[in-house]
Amino acid sequence: MLDAAWLIPALPLAGFVLLLLVGRKLGDPGAGWLGTLMVAASFAVTLGVFSTLLSRHDDARTVTHTLFTWVPVGTFQVKAGLLIDPLAVAMALFVTGVSSLIHLYSIGYMRGDERYPTFFVYLNLFVFSMLVLVLADSFLLTFLGWEGVGACSYFLISFWFERPTAATAAKKAFVTNRVGDFGFMVAMFVLFGSVGSLQYLTVFAHVGALGHATATAVVLLLLLGAAGKSAQLPLYVWLPDAMEGPTPVSALIHAATMVTAGVYLMVRVNPILAHAGGATTVIAVVGAITAIFAATIACAQDDIKRVLAYSTISQLGYMFLAVGSGAYVAAVFHMITHAFFKALLFLGAGSVIHGLHDTQDMQKMGALRRFLPVTSATFIVGWLAIAGVPPFAGFWSKDDILINAWDKSPVLWLLGLIGALLTAYYMSRQIFLVFFGRDRWKSEGEGEHAVTPHESPWTMTVPLVVLAALSVVGGGLNLPLSDKTEFLHRWLHPVFGSRVHELAATSGTKWALFFVTLAAVAAGIAIAGRLFLGRQARPDALEPAVLRNGWYVDDLYSAVIETPGRMLSAWAAYVLDLKVVDGAVNGVGSLVRASGSRLRAVQSGYVRNYALAVVVGAVVLLGYGISRVAQ
Amino acid sequence: MSVPGAWYLTLAAMLFTIGAIGVLVRRNVLVMFMCIELMLNAVNLTFVTFARMLDDIGGQVVVFFVLVVAAAEVVVGLGIIVAIFRRRTQATADDISLLKG
Repeated sequence: MLDAAWLIPALPLAGFVLLLLVGRKLGDPGAGWLGTLMVAASFAVTLGVFSTLLSRHDDARTVTHTLFTWVPVGTFQVKAGLLIDPLAVAMALFVTGVSSLIHLYSIGYMRGDERYPTFFVYLNLFVFSMLVLVLADSFLLTFLGWEGVGACSYFLISFWFERPTAATAAKKAFVTNRVGDFGFMVAMFVLFGSVGSLQYLTVFAHVGALGHATATAVVLLLLLGAAGKSAQLPLYVWLPDAMEGPTPVSALIHAATMVTAGVYLMVRVNPILAHAGGATTVIAVVGAITAIFAATIACAQDDIKRVLAYSTISQLGYMFLAVGSGAYVAAVFHMITHAFFKALLFLGAGSVIHGLHDTQDMQKMGALRRFLPVTSATFIVGWLAIAGVPPFAGFWSKDDILINAWDKSPVLWLLGLIGALLTAYYMSRQIFLVFFGRDRWKSEGEGEHAVTPHESPWTMTVPLVVLAALSVVGGGLNLPLSDKTEFLHRWLHPVFGSRVHELAATSGTKWALFFVTLAAVAAGIAIAGRLFLGRQARPDALEPAVLRNGWYVDDLYSAVIETPGRMLSAWAAYVLDLKVVDGAVNGVGSLVRASGSRLRAVQSGYVRNYALAVVVGAVVLLGYGISRVAQ
Repeated sequence: MSVPGAWYLTLAAMLFTIGAIGVLVRRNVLVMFMCIELMLNAVNLTFVTFARMLDDIGGQVVVFFVLVVAAAEVVVGLGIIVAIFRRRTQATADDISLLKG
């Protein structure tokens, strides 16, 4: 089965090519089914690879497959190959699995769109790129996939490019990601310069030769790349705007898979992290601050999707906190459970938007649970999972991260705890605003504009139910009850070995932390319930403008980066170009014209003048010759 | 008793100067043309003189070249002058100043 591993990325690629060729003929919904089928087949192959690895011994679970020589230049050969190890397979499993469900959902969600086949072209290309990123055996190939998902993200955010906001958001995402990509590229240059290879296994084998300073530099540069892709401070600003894309895109790319690429990269390079002591603290601090920062903004958003976007940034912050604390398993665990419940929440939000005819403002929703039974039931499951209510998936993974953060530093733990409280609060706020309370959508449209919320078709609700089920049982992947139940921990052991942080906390501390976390979650839900269940007015004190505008970070960036940039380009255009460059060109021209108009007087047209000039010249030459001879 | 070479050279220089001044000061194209011929022949005279003084036949050979070139030049020059006379009643060099800058 391992020999067929190349099929995992190849099937979505085939889907992409097929859809590109015959997508228009297949139309709606044929193109959607073809795309879904290809990704589902890829998922099946991944399952086969997974079961093959499962039957092997721990040591034989890391396999590299060289597929072809990518860049053959004399003795310099760049090979493209797959690195199949427990980490890559775990990642590929949830990428293909969640992607299949979201493809299925898109069949219903995108129905009636003018460019329906194109949407699936992009989606399949995205899944292909993501799988290349995950399964690549070298930094370079990972970077190819990295750029591929970035490009697809750009295409899909601007899918409805008729809207200026969507086009702008796509540009913003692309440009912000370039800043991060710069870090990734420089990290690759440094690695190639000191190790001479970009193959993961070669680099990891020679990681000892890197030296502490180089390893730290590489990790920090990779962190910059990861912060761009995974929307961490200070490069997170593109993700909330990316919600302009179709909701399945928000679910697939901007919540479940692509944004976890940065976390995956940091986990992938864990042998380098082990050699870069101080850098891991930077990762943990960035993660913790992002987690709490984004959570505060999420508390004051009115757009149903923006709340989820900030929530995604916050949850990704938790993953970085875990990576920085050395808890790689916890990071992967949270990545997987987050993919389940965040995809669920986004798809649920999409179903709500669909049911309300493209309303995204939560202030115009309410009491929807009677009209959207399946959506609301699954959404509530997602809410409990992300808020961290046991025994739902999010609780186990978040608890795992918080305990590891406690080991790293109680301050980080405290930040994470406040983040958990805020998470419970803003998610409860969303649930209560959307599904409970008074129906505020009725007052909006009267007469022919009246909207009646309706439940979505089965292609949309089936993924919701499956993801809800996964959000309930996802915690079972890694139950911290005994060594036997920590499946994920044992599965990933060949990848991390002894580098994964061993908990120093005693069992008593763990229980104490457990109850404190639980209390924080309960407090968050209780506050939200008290404020939003049956309330009339918005609690303005809790949602000041500074939070609604995301701490004015966008304004800050536009003041610090955009305004000087505009001034610089204005100066370049109107001073440098117009005065200096054009001035030099025009100056040469007018110099020639002026000297020409003076010199034209010499050309009198009278033969005698010319003859006189000849005579004078001859006399001068003669005089010169004579003077030379005389000497 | 032969005439000294310097006299011939002096004569040639005088003829050349007369020719050059003629080209510069006269307006009539035909006269200017004749002055040019005068200059050419002044040069010929120096060539012949030097050939005799230095006992070198090369100088006389050059004179033949000059005569041939001068004959060809006369053909072209007179052709131009005739063409000008066809269009104008008189041939004053200053009238033909179309190439003024």
